[in-house]
Amino acid sequence: MVVGKPVERVDAFDKVTGRAKYTADMFPENALIAKVLHSTIANGMVISFDLNDALKVPGVVKILTCFDVPDIQYPTPGHPWSTEKKHQDIADRKLLNTHVRFYGDDIAVVIAETELAAKRALDLIQVKYEEQKAVFTVADAMAPGAPLIHDEKPGNVIVHSNYEFGSFDSAITEQGLIKVEGTYHTQQVQHCHIENASSFAYMEGDRITVVSSTQIPHIVRRICTQALGCSFGSIRIIKPYIGGGFGNKQDALTEPLNAWLTTQVGGRCVGLFYTREETFVCTRTRHAMDFDITTYVRPDGSFAARRIVAYSNQGAYASHAHALVANAVNAFRMMYPVGAIKGDAYTVYTNIQTAGAMRAYGIPQIGFALEAHIDDIAARLKADRIALRQKNMMQLGYVDPGTTITCHSTGLQQCIDKGRKFIHWDEKAKQYEHQTGSVRHGIGMAIFCYKTGVYPISLETSACRMVLNQDGTVQLQMGATEIGQGADTVFSQMCADTVGIPLESVHVISTQDTDITPYDTGAYASRQTYVCGMAVKKTGLSLKRKILEFAAFMLHKDVSDLDLKDSWIVHTVSNEKLIALSDVAMEACYSLTNSHHIAAEETHHCSDNTYSFGACFADIDVDIPLCKIHVNNIINVHDSGTIINPLLATGQVHGGMSMGLGYGLLEQMLYDPKTGRTLDDNMLDYKLMTASDTPELNVQFVEPSDPTGPFGNKALGEPPVIPVAPAIRNALLNATGVAVDSIPLSPEHLFFEFKKAGLIK
Amino acid sequence: MYDFEKIYQPKTIEQALKLKAEHPEALILAGGSDILIKTRSGKLAGSTVISIYGLDELRGVCIEDDGTILIRPLTSFSHITANPIIAKYIPVLGEAVDQVGGPQIRNIGTIGGNICNGVTSADSASTLKAYDAVLEIASVDGIRILPYAEFNLGPGKVDLHPNEILTGIRIPKDSYENTYGQYIKYSQRNAMDIATLGCSVNVRLSADCKTVERLRIAFGVAAPTPIRALSAEKAATGAQVNESLMETVASNAILDVNPRTSWRASKEFRMQLISELSRRATRAAVEKAGGKF
Ligand SMILES: Cc1cc2nc3c(=O)[nH]c(=O)nc-3n(C[C@H](O)[C@H](O)[C@H](O)COP(=O)(O)OP(=O)(O)OC[C@H]3O[C@@H](n4cnc5c(N)ncnc54)[C@H](O)[C@@H]3O)c2cc1C
Repeated sequence: MVVGKPVERVDAFDKVTGRAKYTADMFPENALIAKVLHSTIANGMVISFDLNDALKVPGVVKILTCFDVPDIQYPTPGHPWSTEKKHQDIADRKLLNTHVRFYGDDIAVVIAETELAAKRALDLIQVKYEEQKAVFTVADAMAPGAPLIHDEKPGNVIVHSNYEFGSFDSAITEQGLIKVEGTYHTQQVQHCHIENASSFAYMEGDRITVVSSTQIPHIVRRICTQALGCSFGSIRIIKPYIGGGFGNKQDALTEPLNAWLTTQVGGRCVGLFYTREETFVCTRTRHAMDFDITTYVRPDGSFAARRIVAYSNQGAYASHAHALVANAVNAFRMMYPVGAIKGDAYTVYTNIQTAGAMRAYGIPQIGFALEAHIDDIAARLKADRIALRQKNMMQLGYVDPGTTITCHSTGLQQCIDKGRKFIHWDEKAKQYEHQTGSVRHGIGMAIFCYKTGVYPISLETSACRMVLNQDGTVQLQMGATEIGQGADTVFSQMCADTVGIPLESVHVISTQDTDITPYDTGAYASRQTYVCGMAVKKTGLSLKRKILEFAAFMLHKDVSDLDLKDSWIVHTVSNEKLIALSDVAMEACYSLTNSHHIAAEETHHCSDNTYSFGACFADIDVDIPLCKIHVNNIINVHDSGTIINPLLATGQVHGGMSMGLGYGLLEQMLYDPKTGRTLDDNMLDYKLMTASDTPELNVQFVEPSDPTGPFGNKALGEPPVIPVAPAIRNALLNATGVAVDSIPLSPEHLFFEFKKAGLIK
Repeated sequence: MYDFEKIYQPKTIEQALKLKAEHPEALILAGGSDILIKTRSGKLAGSTVISIYGLDELRGVCIEDDGTILIRPLTSFSHITANPIIAKYIPVLGEAVDQVGGPQIRNIGTIGGNICNGVTSADSASTLKAYDAVLEIASVDGIRILPYAEFNLGPGKVDLHPNEILTGIRIPKDSYENTYGQYIKYSQRNAMDIATLGCSVNVRLSADCKTVERLRIAFGVAAPTPIRALSAEKAATGAQVNESLMETVASNAILDVNPRTSWRASKEFRMQLISELSRRATRAAVEKAGGKF
């Protein structure tokens, strides 16, 4: 059995040697290059272009503008399509836009023989705008008289949702309650995957093929058909290896425009490769969110009533829109499901870069706000920070009243115990009391819960295909995508164990091609190992049954007496080896009397979901005069159910912790408050942490087997990012007594906080 | 793909100077780690370039007869750090340039390019200022000697005429002899970052290590160009080695500086860093020199 073993990634060799092919590696040499002209105003209308000089640049083939594109508005987010109109994604952009809604909006495209020609032509295009006032914050966009960003949404609020469980108003009348209020802010950040948004497109016959760096090939196909107004069968998406996505590529980015561009040059191949700057500004970002939280707590630390109002800054286009802040206010409820709980959430258009999906989908935002708030309550009550959480946190068997998602397994308590022990919490807590001096130490922690897939909010479905080769090996084909997280490897492990063959006998086909790949919605949420793992299991069992049926025919035995183990057909009871799988496979293929091309394809329609849990513990130094935090020691402990591959799982946690550290300490997208232009649209100014900024990252797991997971497993891909920023913020509070309510805890930010607190004169 | 119009690759300094005289608008390309960034961003697109990168005569470090240390401008950061002369006499310069970017940039980036680029954050600049470096600048008309103190004219602007090339950086013996230095680069990241503030201090103590004979202090990003803090130096001269020395240096240094508020950092925060880094660099330099607090 290989499930649970630290087997090497199936793509390790190709990726390390450079043999693995990414989109740009496959780009034909004689193809054309497209470059997008981005707007230099944040809100207004394009009135006209002067293309004369640009068209004279040698090598320019064609220039297309927002006045040339089909008059179709289409949605971009990577959600399964809803057949019910009211649940459908918002269609609010065209391939190129006449109404410009942020600084960097796509307004025209140059197609040229070379990148240089395209760039030179871009510089020569003259644009006339009618500029309007732009709004960059939620407050400004919601203010009366704010400019209208999309005609369909007067007032700029895309969605306002609310819930109430129990009666908040009557719960707060209880005698003796202590009211704790806080306002928390999280910033806009970017995914910073290594491979920028990249695609190329060409036509064969009347069909368009788009090769793209995407997490969601089948969804991108659907979006291209919507954007171009063409049929499903006329679009083919190919997804090779991709250099990271983290949710940014859970959106249609360059593909719809690229698909259209090839149609405008007679089907010649056109490449659309975003630069790093364009990837920063013109793809997607993590939503900045503001939270007002109020808790009514009893003196014993139990929560009587909780209230949240959340505002999410969507930026210029809807993309995933309200789904994220809805997820955030749901998690607010789920984490501490006690007392009356009332929530409101707003998603608001503004004139900044569009926000979309990013690892953990709204939960790092609420994770920061909520866990900071819990420490604020503890400080107020002078209560033990961990005990306060334990008293109120989700327990086994919890059924969320809003979504019906059920807590089928929880190792949260063990996560806390392990982290506490690792960081020497109890000793340090004493040691760090009553500090003075310019360098101070602190410990902090935070917990989280995270739902694995998107059921029942959206459809969860996945298909898998296995084809038996003549030698008893298997080609495994998934609609689910490898995006660096290791999906191909864990699916191969699952396939091997289910069919009864060694891992070496599984050949996973990494590339998705919508012409031939079974359907799946793609890599997002933390769904694939859970949802698509079910599809592998179902298909594996189906393939095995077909193999055994053929073996029964060959051996003149009853199929119920046969099993497949380690590539042998064996007797179920005696375990006697009856015939090698390779002999069965060879005969099945070439039998002169009864040839069977054995293959299996199954769909798993998933109607369950489950929570994973975890905790982060951090021990930090704060150099007050230099306004710097140094992380001395940090650990994430995760309950993700049974771990399918400890090596890959640890890698996921390392990556997530690194992302969480950057989120908590350094990263933020900055824009010019006058024009809306992004200031730090590059890796110098945007402070993504380097290896030398990263402390040793410690990882532990607790593994309660989840009864709903295909192999006892549940979410792991996204969760590691969630608890890190609040754990550090809480350690800062512990060290200095300064409660900082917004991130990142960057030096400049700490400088003003320390000044306000009188720690710096 | 970089947008160059033309590129020349001279084989000798004479050829390079001649080319520069013929094409005064051409850019000198050394390691290219500033130029290529600007070309890519479109700021220098379409320019003519004279690459001097192949001119080995312009590489290396040596000591001249009078004890002056001569650093040729094409010497890469990693070669400066590894150079035995630098390591022996002005290790702080080797330490400073070892904080540039990352290993790849330290291999390609040159010290000449660093100062000719003229930005206030250049990591070699404050140490070279604090050591009174003197520049050798050549053209077809001959050689011009210029104190580095007078070289920076404004942000990104240096005193190089269109036909000139920097050919040497000298540090006189009296500047470096018996001195101990400390450079502190303050940036948000430990690598691949530009300084929010840089501070370079070097001191010469009395024989008993109790008094400061001479202290020099220079900053990057404390003004539009790298600058010396002369009031701080004056106040520290002859001062006792004790805790109040740091206060003396810091409180005077803040009189000499003029940092800007930009979206990268506010003036107030930079002032805080100027004061704190002055203290920390002074303390470290004095301790290296044998002083005790
Ligand atoms: C990723 C990255 C990280 C960086 N990190 C840092 C950092 O941490 N600290 C830092 O200080 N810098 C940093 N830099 C900037 C750059 O590497 C340095 O300024 C370097 O010293 C430039 O040297 P070069 O030889 O590459 O210069 P080039 O780009 O070749 O030239 C720079 C300028 O100097 C002129 N020039 C060069 N040599 C001469 C000469 N002999 N005579 C006349 N003019 C000349 C050129 O015309 C040009 O204007 C970084 C750059 C990158 C790309």
